[in-house]
Amino acid sequence: MKSSDKNKMKMYTRRATLVSAGMMLLSSALVGRMYYLQVTSRSKYELLAEENRISVRLLAPTRGDIVDRYGNPFATSTTDYRINVIPEETEGLQETLDAIGAYIPISERDNERIIRASKKQRSFLPINVANNLDWETFSKMNVNMPDLPGIQPDMGTTRFYPQRELGAHIIGYVGAVNEQELQNDSDPLLELPDFKIGKNGIERVLDDRLRGGAGNSQVEVNVLGRVIRELERQDPEPGNQARLTLDLEMQSFIAERLKDDTAGAVVMDIHTGEIHAIVSNPSFDPNDFNGGISQVKWDALRNDIRKPLVNKPVSGQYSPGSTFKMIVALAGLEDGIITAEDTKYCGYRYPFGDRVFHCWNKNGHGDINLVQALAQSCDVYFYRLARELGIDKIHAMAARFGIGERFNIGIMSEARGINPNGSWKFGMVGERWQGGDTINVGIGQGYVSTTALQLAVMTSRLANGGKMVYPKIYFDENNNTVPEDMGINPDHLDVVLKGMEDVYYHQRGTGFRYRLRNKDYKLGGKSGTTQVRGISAAERAAGVIDNEDLEWAKRDHGLFVAYGPTENPKYAVSVLLEHGGGGGFAAPVARDILEYVIDRDIERNQQTNQQPSMSGQPV
Amino acid sequence: MSARIGSNKRIGLRQKFAELNWFIVLIICAIAGLGCAMLYSVAGGSMEPWAKNQAIRFGGGLVLMLGVAVIDIRFWMFLAYPLYAAALAMLVVVDVMGEMGMGAQRWISLGFMNLQPSEFMKIALVMALARYFHCLTDDETVQLKSLIKPIILIVLPAVLVLRQPDLGTTLLIIMGGVAILFAAGVRMWLFVVSFLAMFPAAYGAWQFLKEYQKQRVRTFLNPEQDPLGAGYHIIQSKIALGSGGVDGKGFMQGTQSQLNFLPEKQTDFIFTVIAEELGLIGGLSLLGLYIVLIGYAMIISMSVKSQFGRLLVLGMVITFFLYMFINIAMVMGLLPVVGVPLPLVSYGGSAMLTLLVGFGLILSAAIHKETTIPRGGAFA
Repeated sequence: MKSSDKNKMKMYTRRATLVSAGMMLLSSALVGRMYYLQVTSRSKYELLAEENRISVRLLAPTRGDIVDRYGNPFATSTTDYRINVIPEETEGLQETLDAIGAYIPISERDNERIIRASKKQRSFLPINVANNLDWETFSKMNVNMPDLPGIQPDMGTTRFYPQRELGAHIIGYVGAVNEQELQNDSDPLLELPDFKIGKNGIERVLDDRLRGGAGNSQVEVNVLGRVIRELERQDPEPGNQARLTLDLEMQSFIAERLKDDTAGAVVMDIHTGEIHAIVSNPSFDPNDFNGGISQVKWDALRNDIRKPLVNKPVSGQYSPGSTFKMIVALAGLEDGIITAEDTKYCGYRYPFGDRVFHCWNKNGHGDINLVQALAQSCDVYFYRLARELGIDKIHAMAARFGIGERFNIGIMSEARGINPNGSWKFGMVGERWQGGDTINVGIGQGYVSTTALQLAVMTSRLANGGKMVYPKIYFDENNNTVPEDMGINPDHLDVVLKGMEDVYYHQRGTGFRYRLRNKDYKLGGKSGTTQVRGISAAERAAGVIDNEDLEWAKRDHGLFVAYGPTENPKYAVSVLLEHGGGGGFAAPVARDILEYVIDRDIERNQQTNQQPSMSGQPV
Repeated sequence: MSARIGSNKRIGLRQKFAELNWFIVLIICAIAGLGCAMLYSVAGGSMEPWAKNQAIRFGGGLVLMLGVAVIDIRFWMFLAYPLYAAALAMLVVVDVMGEMGMGAQRWISLGFMNLQPSEFMKIALVMALARYFHCLTDDETVQLKSLIKPIILIVLPAVLVLRQPDLGTTLLIIMGGVAILFAAGVRMWLFVVSFLAMFPAAYGAWQFLKEYQKQRVRTFLNPEQDPLGAGYHIIQSKIALGSGGVDGKGFMQGTQSQLNFLPEKQTDFIFTVIAEELGLIGGLSLLGLYIVLIGYAMIISMSVKSQFGRLLVLGMVITFFLYMFINIAMVMGLLPVVGVPLPLVSYGGSAMLTLLVGFGLILSAAIHKETTIPRGGAFA
């Protein structure tokens, strides 16, 4: 054998011995462990195995509350008192059920269900008899347990919406998990038969935050599956609270104010974008959805022509009407084709091609400048201006103010609206853009379409000096960005805001009747009317029928946007009255809302200034 | 290519069977027999659905093992690289098939059977590394540059198997390969340094992981955090094992395993059934059989004249040991749950076939232990 081979062999023998020693060492660890499990801990495991077996049960967490900006609850979880019956422990299931009947009525159907269940499942397992008992009944039954052999009082949690209809469109509701959700989400909680997840609104958008984490309890179960005792318990992790920017009091005030209307309203902080109130009327009670809504209630909601399930300020799309004139005005000023002083002539009629466009004012406005045109809502001024600008410049300015944009604020079914231009029309309608289309858009009619939310954002960006503020509805670490400056000439914004102020405070302003009197501050606003029906030339000649004389569904929609106080703006409001008969009807609503919120702020400031150290807490 | 007179002469088939180490064959049969008995037990006293299949497979595997054993060790050395290349090609094919949207696939369907390239690779890698080190002088063996090729040989299949994804097999391949490097005589300090370097490397990699990936690793390392998922097996397995005690609950009397508290009891958790029903005595007996088998094979390896044969035996023994150790440590809660079967006992075909072919090679090395092979290779 060569020496190299000998060396290799020696090396191999040494190393192989080491490897063998390593394997022996590891094997003895196995022996040690086997000894520990089977000899040292034998009695422990024997107990677990022979008499009992471990069964792991999931524990559901309590869902996080949804509260307003001051911590008032929109959605909470309430303890739900239940009564179960354990057939094995009764002296006769039917006798016990009859005895329970003295406290709570058990319907024929429930009785059958319980008897049927008792035949199917093992007799020591509980069967649910009744849910949602009031405390009085529940405690009475607890006290009388000796007379009710086999009953098992139990507690769970149920989602509760204490504000009922108020804010239902934003809060949403919870419901049972469906097959698809089960497949897309690996959270074991979803497999609990009773578990509910967010189905709509904030409940759905912030479901992860609200849901919490599963806990578990390892219980000893005997051969038959009966629980002997709990071995280990990991408590569930309750869901986090979701704090909304909404203000419950204001929400409630607005809902009350809109009570009889089919309407929507949005109140926004123009600097932060926080939405203080967003109301859609009529509404629905999300509590009805908790245990699965009844067919009768569901049909009633679905078939109501006032569409209570639709979130009107967010999902409803309407022609902005004259509220769009601020956009056209600003586009003109920024483009430089008009100044604040330039006048245009309004003689009621504005012919274009083979068509004639009209001003709302049959006498015409004569020579009129921009501020006056906004205050008096002169149509012809804006026909002319729009025609001179062309659709592309109007489209660009509207886009900067959020028209046609989806903000994804955390509400399902947020509508996008339409900010039209040539390519949009060609793509959607299949026709080329016409000059008449531009003229229609000039007064917010025709193809342009917005939501009340977009109008609130538009008004905020006008009133805050041209800052690109975005609406938000809940507090979140990720959305606290400082709004960026849009680069619009402040003088131009001032002209537009002056026009809006004159809507209320100039004698000929369209909102003069609804101005605030006896207040230290002023408001600015702009009305808008959306025609629901076309007005034919013949009808116009014969005299247009007044809205009040029309049936409800044919009346005009009324819109109004407003901001205030004008000296130092803080809030923007947009109000939408479906078939409300025109913008004039929405003006007092917007005024009342702003008056309420500004007065309340003033009052709170005085209180904190007068008694700075009384409680140290902001009210 | 001068073969040494006497040591390298052709041996007749009858003489080979006479030289065959029947003691090893006997122990293998004993282990497999115990396995079949346990499969009979967990089926509630029935040959169906596992015990019969397993017995038939073992019979076939045994014939294959003897066939491998009587073939000249020089022929196996000649085949080492081609087999490695074939195994690597199959791993690539499986990888590509997986990419093509057929999901995580670990096997190639040949119609009559499923070929599992990662199993094939375990043998091929050991053969290739053994051949590589056989062909080096002892001076070359300790040089750093000689390490480049074997490391590539190990890393290529490891990466491909990891992509399947099969962490258990990846670790088996890497550890088997490293063991051969060690036995071949690669400098000791290299292992020490590599071992120490693993800690900062692991720490660095950890920083790069996303939170959900970290959570996955944590569950892997500590399955009892997750008592409904991975941890459930371990909790139940420990109860079954511990309650078996010294003498066990008796054959077919294991309450835990018989009452379905234990999942996958016929495959990865079969040791739990043995320990529950046959107790510490049964468990130690099986472990004893394994240890005797391993120790005996190690002793044989030291008497083999060719470096190829020695390293081949060692590589196969290490693979076998790792199967056994990881599986038993896993069911006793010493290691995280990875899908590694108990060798020759767990129900299943591929691993058993691999191990029997491996023992065929060990036996071949034993029969041909006097054969010397020149560094250039026998048929090269």
